[in-house]
Amino acid sequence: MLRSILAAVLAVSLAGAAAAQEHADHSTPQPPRQKWSFAGPFGKYDRAQIQRGFQVYKEVCSTCHGLNLLSFRHLSGLGYSDAQVTQIASDWLFKVQDGPNDQGEMFERAARPADRFPQPWPNENAARVRYNAVPPDMSVIAKARTYERGLPWFIIDIFTQFQEQGVDYITALMTGYEDKPPAGVTLPQGLMYNKYFPGGAIAMPSPLTDGRVTYSDGSPQTVAQYSKDVSAFLMWAAEPHMETRKRIGFQVMVFLIIFAGLMYFTKKRVWSAVH
Amino acid sequence: MSGHETYQPQNAFMKWMERRLPIAGLIYSSFIVYPTPRNLNYWWTFGGILTFMLAVQIVTGIVLAMHYTPHVDFAFNSVELIMRDVNYGWLLRYVHANGAAMFFLAAYIHMFRGMYYGSYKEPREILWILGVILLLLMIATGFMGYVLPWGQMSFWAATVITNLFSAIPGVGEAIVTWLWGGYAVGNPTLQRFYSLHYLLPFVIAGVVVLHIWALHVVGQNNPTGIDPKSERDTVSFTPYATIKDAFMLVCFCIVYAWFVFYMPNYLGHADNYIPANPAVTPMHIVPEWYYLPFYAILRAIPNKLMGVAALGASIAILAFLPWLDTSRVRSANYRPLYKQVFWIFVAVCIGLGWLGAKPAEGGYVIAARILTFYYFFHFLVILPVLGWVERTKPLPNSISESILTPARSGSGTGTVT
Repeated sequence: MLRSILAAVLAVSLAGAAAAQEHADHSTPQPPRQKWSFAGPFGKYDRAQIQRGFQVYKEVCSTCHGLNLLSFRHLSGLGYSDAQVTQIASDWLFKVQDGPNDQGEMFERAARPADRFPQPWPNENAARVRYNAVPPDMSVIAKARTYERGLPWFIIDIFTQFQEQGVDYITALMTGYEDKPPAGVTLPQGLMYNKYFPGGAIAMPSPLTDGRVTYSDGSPQTVAQYSKDVSAFLMWAAEPHMETRKRIGFQVMVFLIIFAGLMYFTKKRVWSAVH
Repeated sequence: MSGHETYQPQNAFMKWMERRLPIAGLIYSSFIVYPTPRNLNYWWTFGGILTFMLAVQIVTGIVLAMHYTPHVDFAFNSVELIMRDVNYGWLLRYVHANGAAMFFLAAYIHMFRGMYYGSYKEPREILWILGVILLLLMIATGFMGYVLPWGQMSFWAATVITNLFSAIPGVGEAIVTWLWGGYAVGNPTLQRFYSLHYLLPFVIAGVVVLHIWALHVVGQNNPTGIDPKSERDTVSFTPYATIKDAFMLVCFCIVYAWFVFYMPNYLGHADNYIPANPAVTPMHIVPEWYYLPFYAILRAIPNKLMGVAALGASIAILAFLPWLDTSRVRSANYRPLYKQVFWIFVAVCIGLGWLGAKPAEGGYVIAARILTFYYFFHFLVILPVLGWVERTKPLPNSISESILTPARSGSGTGTVT
């Protein structure tokens, strides 16, 4: 038994799955490149956009997808005040399991800023029964999804700092649903067709429709806009310190380049004695 | 030039100290007046860079260990806690994770430099073998570190690599169970990997001491590959080598910082942001880039045992390089054929690395087999034969002549004594 599992693991991992992926890749189109305010060395999150994205998450995604690596207090990074964060937490659709209380009983209460986002379902099996699959947690999903760039792009990306594959993919996925799968593709029972999903068969029905979320800032209430906004929010959720990172990065770069210049001239001076 | 004079303590305390523990004298003779060939180029600065990288990894690793939880239920979340809630935790983690990649980058450049200039030849065999041991230790340490975040790639890399031992006839299965501490990769595996990942860097540090010791016994090689013959051939370590090393280290840090601050996840794999799930096999199981050439060799061979043997041999063969290369001329600068063979070998290693990231199917497998064959052919046939048949260029009489001759024409014979 063990032997056969191990053999299967190796066989699958080393050859089979790789080959399957290769076939899936050929039929899956590359997500279109989007423009992101946070791309590049000086990129910053667009606070209005990530707040809209959070609204989309709250009103659409959060019924199935958890955000369990984040606490409500983290939302201050979106630009919300402490009072707003407290309000969002206490109004949250799901309550927090707490306890035991003095009577030794578990109880439910409204969330507080210090709480993690509550799970939308009690356990994975329950989710599978309810949704036909386990909806992945969204905390780091913008970094957990990608697509293959291929030669020579993966080398060029080092210099252009392109690393928005994850958000491009999520945006594409939101808009990649098609009513009928292409000829030759048969969908398993209960699955949808999405051309950007590897393999094409996805358990999640198209989550967004035009006008589903009401924006207060006058942004277009379209699937295209929702998709971009929620992707930007998920990038923030996955990488909340990105702005600090890039800001410090610039300071470090300036320092290192000046330092390298000084070292170069010092080196020249020192060596001039022996040359 | 300061020459080889010994340390003369100036004040009373240092005099008292020097009679009891001559550590100041050791530092003085090893890193201040230590003679280094005056013609060393920038490829010789990677030893210092590697020492720096080891220090960076140990320091960041110790702090990360204060926040990390080695348990299958908490490991992934504790890493994310470091990323989100620990002050500058994201910086520590990205410096550490990208530091591993930079460590290997520097190590590979260091090794290729040794190969190009024949730095493994008599009397530097032990120095070279210690380097191969360091590479092995780095591979083990890096692999176990990669398992710690307990993402999908962590888990499946651990599964695939530990399973390699099951290829050993007879005792293979028992060894794998022993490595795992159970019947599958699980919590005992994670905990022992954590323990060893903390231990091995200090073993590396110990072997680095031996490596530097051996270096200081035999002296550094240099681009001409001939030994220094007089004081004119050398300069003192400080300030000449130190300033050169420091300049290159800063340049190296620019590349390092580029990844840490701007592309921190570029060298990693997206799947490792998915928590480990034994029930779901990732579509591609790919190691980190620095293992890809070895991974390609492993997969190129259809028989599992032979694949594992080839993987082991591809590293072990490096230890025999001093005897496989039969040429008595060290530097490729005076070996026209070897120079070409060297660059072909570099290309083959890069090619194997590219193939290691590709699925093991169709043309990729054929290409990987050809390159794997060439990898061993290079060591086992080309290098021994080349040493006998190659007509090498005449060597300069001394290091200083090799530098000064082009400038001062007509000083044909060695004027340095």
